[in-house]
Amino acid sequence: MTISFGAGLRASLFAGALVAGTAFGAMAETVYHRGNDGNPETLDQHKTSTVAEAHILRDLYEGLMVYDANAKVVPGVAESHTVSEDGTVYTFTLRGDAMWSNGDPVTAGDFVYSLRRIMTPETGAKYANILYPIKNAEKVNKGELAPAELGVKAVDDKTLEITLEQATPFFLELLTHQTGLPVHPATVEAHGSDFVKPENFVSNGAFTLAEFTPNDKLVAVKNAKYHGADSVAIDKVIFYPIEDRASCVRRFEAGEIHSCSDLPTDQIADLRAKFGDQVRTPPYLGNYYYAVNMSKPPFDDVRVRQALSMTVDREYVAEEIWGGTMVPAYSLVPPGINNYGEPAYADYKGEAMLDREDKALALLQEAGFGPDKPLKLEIMYNTSENHKNTAIAIADMWKTIGVETTMINRDLASHYAHLRDKGDFDIARAGWIGDYSDPQNFLFLVESDNDGFNYANYKNADYDALMDKAAAETDLEKRADILREAEAMFMRDLPFIPILYYSSHSLVSPKLKGWEDNLQNVHPTRLISIEG
Amino acid sequence: MFGYVTRRLLTAIPTLFLIVTGAFFLIRVAPGGPFNLERPLEAKVMENLNRIYHLDKPLWEQYLYYLGNLARGDFGPSFVYRDFSVAELFASGLPVSIQIGAGALVLALVAGTLLGIASALRQNRPADYGIVGLATLGITIPTFVIAPLLSLVFGVWLGWLPAGGWGDGAWSYKILPIVTLALPQIAVVTRLTRGAMIEAMRSHHIRTARAYGLKPWTVVVVHALRSAILPVVSYAGPAAAALLTGSVVVETIFGIPGVGRYFVQAALNRDYTLVMGTVIVIAIFIIVFNLVVDLLYALIDPRVRLG
Amino acid sequence: MTAVVQPRPVEGRSLWQDGLARLRRNRAAMASLVFLVLMALACLAGPYLTGHAYDQVYRSYVKVGPSLSPYPKAEAIAPAALDALKRARVDVGEPVEIVGESVRIPVSSSRELDPRIVRYVDRVDIFSGARLEEMAGDGKSGVIVADIERFTFLFGTDATGRDLLTRTLIAGRISLTIGLLATVVAIVIGVTYGAVSGYLGGRVDLVMMRVVDILYSLPFIFFVILLVVFFGRNFVLMFIAVGAVEWLDMARIVRGQTLSLKRQEFIQAAEALGVENVGILRRHIIPNLTGPVVIYMTLLVPRVILLESFLSFLGLGVQEPMTSWGVLISEGARDIEGNPTMLLFPAIFLTTTLFALNFIGDGLRDALDPKDR
Repeated sequence: MTISFGAGLRASLFAGALVAGTAFGAMAETVYHRGNDGNPETLDQHKTSTVAEAHILRDLYEGLMVYDANAKVVPGVAESHTVSEDGTVYTFTLRGDAMWSNGDPVTAGDFVYSLRRIMTPETGAKYANILYPIKNAEKVNKGELAPAELGVKAVDDKTLEITLEQATPFFLELLTHQTGLPVHPATVEAHGSDFVKPENFVSNGAFTLAEFTPNDKLVAVKNAKYHGADSVAIDKVIFYPIEDRASCVRRFEAGEIHSCSDLPTDQIADLRAKFGDQVRTPPYLGNYYYAVNMSKPPFDDVRVRQALSMTVDREYVAEEIWGGTMVPAYSLVPPGINNYGEPAYADYKGEAMLDREDKALALLQEAGFGPDKPLKLEIMYNTSENHKNTAIAIADMWKTIGVETTMINRDLASHYAHLRDKGDFDIARAGWIGDYSDPQNFLFLVESDNDGFNYANYKNADYDALMDKAAAETDLEKRADILREAEAMFMRDLPFIPILYYSSHSLVSPKLKGWEDNLQNVHPTRLISIEG
Repeated sequence: MFGYVTRRLLTAIPTLFLIVTGAFFLIRVAPGGPFNLERPLEAKVMENLNRIYHLDKPLWEQYLYYLGNLARGDFGPSFVYRDFSVAELFASGLPVSIQIGAGALVLALVAGTLLGIASALRQNRPADYGIVGLATLGITIPTFVIAPLLSLVFGVWLGWLPAGGWGDGAWSYKILPIVTLALPQIAVVTRLTRGAMIEAMRSHHIRTARAYGLKPWTVVVVHALRSAILPVVSYAGPAAAALLTGSVVVETIFGIPGVGRYFVQAALNRDYTLVMGTVIVIAIFIIVFNLVVDLLYALIDPRVRLG
Repeated sequence: MTAVVQPRPVEGRSLWQDGLARLRRNRAAMASLVFLVLMALACLAGPYLTGHAYDQVYRSYVKVGPSLSPYPKAEAIAPAALDALKRARVDVGEPVEIVGESVRIPVSSSRELDPRIVRYVDRVDIFSGARLEEMAGDGKSGVIVADIERFTFLFGTDATGRDLLTRTLIAGRISLTIGLLATVVAIVIGVTYGAVSGYLGGRVDLVMMRVVDILYSLPFIFFVILLVVFFGRNFVLMFIAVGAVEWLDMARIVRGQTLSLKRQEFIQAAEALGVENVGILRRHIIPNLTGPVVIYMTLLVPRVILLESFLSFLGLGVQEPMTSWGVLISEGARDIEGNPTMLLFPAIFLTTTLFALNFIGDGLRDALDPKDR
C-alpha cells in the first residue's frame, strides 16, 4: 500500500455502485454525508473565495497552522515556530512525518512554491490580498516584482522563514485560511490547472479527493499518508452542495445526510420544535448592516444617520424576523473577536425604544425634517426572503419617526455591481463575514481608500490615521485601544448602520461527535466521528 | 426529404451565428460581471482576473476571440466553475438532464394523450370534468410547490423514495424529479389532445368514417387521433427541447447535477462563457426538435408539404 | 358590366354574434364569467373593505393563523402586556386583569412613574388608549388601563405580520392584469405572425420560422434584466417582456394549423375565386384557428402568471410592498410544513381563477367552432 493506493482506489470508485453495493465494502467504512452551502467554484486553494470551498479544502490539505474543533489556532504542518523580536520574521519548523498522499515528504520548498504561486498575477487568485502582510506580496501580486522577491524562504527542507511587511498580530491565523494551504509542486507542474482533478490529485490533509461532480457531490477519502491518520475516524466524507436550504432539512430529516451548513431561518421556530438542540445557531464572525450613502444629501447629515439607526428595533428584527438566529448589533465589530475585548457600542444600546424614538425625532427635526417635510428614502437589497422581511420591518419602524420608505431589490450581481460602481442609492443592505478573527478585518471596511467595501463613501482622515497608527502598533493591548477609538468614531459618524451580528446556522445529527460550536464556524472532518 | 433535412441543417448555421452574436452582446450589456461577488475583490486582484479571462480587451476583440475559439469547438473555461471548461460541465450535466427530461417527456406524452382521448370521448360527462379539472390543477400549481411537496411526502413522511440527491443515477432517485417535471406537461398535453380530438371527431372525414360503420376503435385511433395529434406534436417540439435541457427548479430542489440550473445560475453570476454555452446548446436542441416536428407533421398529415 | 342579378346576400349573423349567443347558453362558462367578474371586483374593491392596509405591519401578529374570531386570543393578552412593560423598566404587579374590552395592569417603580410609559402599551398592536390611573400618593405605583384592540385576520398574516386577505386581493390585481395583458400581447403577435408565416409558406415561412428559432434560443432572463436596466422598473415593461417572449409558442402552433388548413378545399376555393391573401387570412384562416388559440390562451394565462412569480423570485418583478399571487405562493411554498395556510389561500384564489378561465375558454371554443353550426 504505497503509491498504488491512489490508483487502486480510483479504479474501485470507477466501478462505482458495484463496490459500494457489496456487503463487505459497505460495512467496513464509516461515511460522513455532509451538507455544504453550495458548489465549490474551484478546488484550487489559490483561486478560492467561498466558505463552501473552505470547508472542503480544510479537510483535503493541512496548512502550517490549523484550527482545532474550537477554532483555536494550533500547529499543523509546522510543529513549532519562533517570532523575531519586532514581530516581522516567523521561522517555522516543519514536522518530520508530514507527507503528501503520494508519499512525498512535505517540505519548506513546497510552501515557498505555493505562496509564490498565489501571488503570481497569472494565477488569478481572488483572495491573494489576505496574504498581503507578507513582505513584497502586494507588489508581486501587482506584477511589480518577480515572485522570487516574495518574503518567503526555505532555510532547509524542514525550516521555513516568512518575513512580513510589518508586525501582524493575526498572521498565524491567516495561515489557517485556505489561501495559505500548500500545493504539491510536481503535480502542479505536470498537470497545470488540472491538478485539482481527482485522477491527478495529491494532497497533504486528512483526506484526499476521490470524485467530484459539480452540483452533485464531492467524495474525499481518508489519506493513509496523513500523519494523524490513526486518529481519523471517518473513512469517507461526501460533501453535497445544497443550495436550497429547505431541501437540506428534508434530506436531513429523511436520514440521508448528517449535517446541514445552512438553514431556512424563516422557519426556525418549527425547526427548533422538531429537531431541538440539533439546531445549532452559535454566534458567527459577521455583521449585517445597512450602508448609508454619505455622498448624497440628506444622508451626509450625521443627525439623519443617527436618527435612522436609533429607531431600528434590533431586538425585534433578530427575534421575530430572524427567529432568534441573529444577534442585535450595536457595533461594527462583533463581540468575542480576538485581539480586542468589548467593542465600542452605540450609546443608545440598552436604552428604551421610546426614548430612542424621541431622540431620533428631535434629531430629524434639527436636520429640517418634520410632518410637513417627511424624510423619504429607498432601501436597496439583494433578492432574498430574509433581506426582504428585514427591510419591511425596518421600514415600518422608520414610519414611527415619519420616514417614508420605499424598497428596491436586485439580484446579487447587479446589487453589488451597483455598489461597487458607486451607483446612486440611499440605504443599501450589505454584510461582512470576517476572514480572520481580528477587529482590523471589520474596521478597514470604511477606510477612505477602500474602494471595494466602503459603500458609504466615508471619508475621514482622522479615522484613517487611527487605522494606520493601529497597524504600526505591536503591543496588542495598545493596539486594541486605538482600534476601539476608531470604532467609537465609526459609531459616532455611522457610515454603516449595524443591524445584526451573524450567527452560523447548522443542523447536526446527534450521531456526529466532535462537532463543536465556534465563532469561525469551522468543523474539520478529521476531528469528527460517527456513532451508531 | 433528404434534401430538405440537409437544407434545414445548413440554414441552422447562420441561425446559430446570429444567436451567438446576439447573446454575446446582450450579456455584456447587463450590469455587473462574473467577479462581482457578495464579497468584492481587491481592485488589483480584479485586474489580474480580467486579464486572465481577456475581459480587459475591447469588446469586439473579445467577440472575435470567442468566435475563433468556438470555430475550433472550444467553448472556453467557465468563469465561475473555475476548474472546469464549459464543455466539461455539459459533458457531465447534459446526460443527467436528458435522462430526467426524456423520462418526463415520455410520461407526459403517454399519460397526456391517453387522458386527453378518454376525456374527449366522454365529453361533458363526469370523467371528462374530472380529467379536465385535474389537468387544470396540474397547470396551476407551480413546480416549486410540487417539488418540495413530493419530496416531503414521499421522501420524509413515507420514506419510500430519497428526498433528494442523484445517487449516481439510481432509478429511485429519478422518480420524483421526473414526475414533478412531467405533471404540468401532462396537463398541457391532455388539454391539447382533448381539444383537438373533440374537433376531429366532429370533422367530415370522421363522420364519414363513422357513417361507413367503421369500428369505433379504428375511427378513434386511425382517423381522429391522426389529426388530433398535430397540435400535440407542435407543442412537443419546443417542450422536448425545454425538458431535455433541464429545469432549474427541479434540479435545485432535488439536488440533481443537470444543466438546467446553469442557465439561470450562469445568467445571474454573469458567467459569460457558460451562458453562451447554454444558449448554444438550447439553440441546437430547439433547431433539431423543430425539424423533427416538421418532419413528423409531414408524416402524419399528408396534406402538409415540406417547402 | 351586364345586368347579372346578384343574389341578395343572406342576412346572416356574424360568426361572433352567433358564438356569443351560444356562449350565453353554456352555463359553466357563464358561471365562470360571473365568477371572474366577481373576482376582479373583489380585487379592486376588497382591499378597501378588509379593514387593513395591504402594507400595514402588525408586529404583534407575525405569522398568525387564519381565524374567524378576532385577535388577540384571551390567553395572549396578559403576556403581551407584561412583555410591553418589560422595556419600560417598571415592576408589574400581579394579576393583570381583563375587564370587558380593557385591561388593567398594576405597575410600580422605585422612582416616580413616568406617564410616558403608557406609550409602551399603546405601541403594541393589541392595545390602544392606554392611561395611567389610580396613582398612589407618591406617584410610584398605579394601574395602567388600556383598551383592547380587536383585529380579524380571516386568512392570517404573513411573515412580517401583514393581513394575508388584503394582500391576496391586492396581489390579484397585479396577477390578473399581468396575465391578461401579456396573454393578449402574445396572442395578437403570435396569431398574426403564425398565420402569415404558415399561409404564405415557402421562403417567407422559412425566414419567419428561423426568426422564431433565434428568439426562442435567446436567454430570456437576460432579455428581462436588460429591459429593467434600460427602462427602469416599469410595470408595463414586464407585460411587454413576457408577452414578447410567450408569443413564440403561439406562432408555431398557429403556423402548424395554417399549413394544414391551407391545403383544404374551402381555402383553395377562395384562392381560385381570387380572394386576396389578407382576405383569406382574415375571413378563413384566423376564424378556423379559434379552437387551438383559445385553448392555448387558457394555458397561457396561468403560465404568464407563474412566469411572473419566477421573475419576482429573481428580483426582477413586482417590488415590495406590492405583491402578486405568484409571489405569495412562492413565499408560502417555502414553509409548507409550518404555515400551510400561507400557501393555501393564495393558491385557492389562483386556482379558482384559472379554472374559471378554462371554462370560459372551453365555452368560447365550443361557441366559436365554425365547423359546428
